[in-house]
Amino acid sequence: MIRVVLPAHLRTLARISGELELAVEGAATARSVVNALEARYPTLRGTIRDNVTQKRRPYIRFFACEKDLSHDSPDSPLPAAVAAGSEPFLIVGAIAGG
Amino acid sequence: MSAVRVLVGTRKGAFILTSDGKREKWDIAGPHFAGWEIYHVKGSPADPDRLYASQTSSWFGQVVQRSNDGGKTWEPVGNKFEYDGIPGTHQWYDGTARPWEFKRVWHFEPSLNDPDTVYAGVEDAALFRTTDGGANWQELSGLREHKTGSSWQPGAGGMCLHTILLDPKNTERMFVAISAAGAFRSDDSGKTWRPINQGLRSEYIPDPTAEVGHCVHRIAMHPSRPDVLFMQKHWDVMRSDNAGDKWQEISGNLPTDFGFPIDVHAHEPETIYVVPIKSDSEHFVPEAKLRVYRSRTDGNEWEALTKGLPQSDCYVNVLRDAMAVDSLDSCGVYFGTTGGQVYASADAGDNWKPIVRDLPAVLSVEAQTLA
Repeated sequence: MIRVVLPAHLRTLARISGELELAVEGAATARSVVNALEARYPTLRGTIRDNVTQKRRPYIRFFACEKDLSHDSPDSPLPAAVAAGSEPFLIVGAIAGG
Repeated sequence: MSAVRVLVGTRKGAFILTSDGKREKWDIAGPHFAGWEIYHVKGSPADPDRLYASQTSSWFGQVVQRSNDGGKTWEPVGNKFEYDGIPGTHQWYDGTARPWEFKRVWHFEPSLNDPDTVYAGVEDAALFRTTDGGANWQELSGLREHKTGSSWQPGAGGMCLHTILLDPKNTERMFVAISAAGAFRSDDSGKTWRPINQGLRSEYIPDPTAEVGHCVHRIAMHPSRPDVLFMQKHWDVMRSDNAGDKWQEISGNLPTDFGFPIDVHAHEPETIYVVPIKSDSEHFVPEAKLRVYRSRTDGNEWEALTKGLPQSDCYVNVLRDAMAVDSLDSCGVYFGTTGGQVYASADAGDNWKPIVRDLPAVLSVEAQTLA
């Protein structure tokens, strides 16, 4: 299981609290994790990546194991600790005021 | 007993204000969708308990919320706004070509007779429609694909389609307005469009009388007289008596003819309201006085409405979608400010009171008259 932490606004939108655990099909990548997330919570479609282009939204960042993975390929394997469930995959709203 | 429900969109959530027909005591519910920008909330004329809200965020994009119980509960519906085909380019602020890119919904206009059919005006400017209560949205691409589309450019707030008017006497006719392209009319239910900007003059574009390029801030009509349109342009207040074929200026004795909203009295088609703003470089009211101006003569002759409104040290703006009227016998008028106040008049503007003073900046106000 992959552990996922969402920003507060997306937890509210999906009506969940705390950390999530997701079963991911195939290799654990940013794409497969977001695919699994959107499949379980359809209301999150379009909020993390663009509904049409499927690109990560500019103010969304992906962090894990103290690294910024935002600019890695969405098909790159996530760190082994994330795949093993010992570290969470963090979906973060950029600090940009507001 | 009749009642009024005022739907308020703000920079940080939606609020629903309700009162009985006296409009003296108000209940304030919210914030709904706290922390998100709510560009617009509007109810269906065919089913007033069916509401649609545009919930947006620079971080998380567009969410569309629907309520079936007058705003007590909400559910997210479809939020995929995909331009038809491969969208081309429009002009950017510096005159370079820029691809069309969906950013947000500025305005929902529910059908006059079907609660599941709603039009959405979006940025970058385009018109979408749902016929299944918001689950799916399809572009009416004849507008964006108009031959002038590649020359449209954004106003300061973005290239937004912010006004949609449905003609109650001609179901195939509708009007839209885009900043900064101008006003457009369709006579075939949105399939094809033509600019209706003749008579407008805008000194901030190379050809001040060009077919498109005008920063129209808002247009309004009275349902009994759908061929008469009123317009608050970037500068100038205008009227057309022939469904937009030709416009004439009606700014008359206004202290300034810059502003954003314009609205029409519910029972007097020739009575209109604007809120003059000092200038396009100083987006606050002139002389630090918040004044609604009313014309009872289709424009040109205006009177200041000030009773109950701050007349000193006031520096707020009133945005284009932030004014509305109810249809009770004594017409109610409502507007919200960038300072977070929502003012109401239960007597067509003669006297005003704040319903609430300290909301986040108000983006939109709609009024529903409930049986």
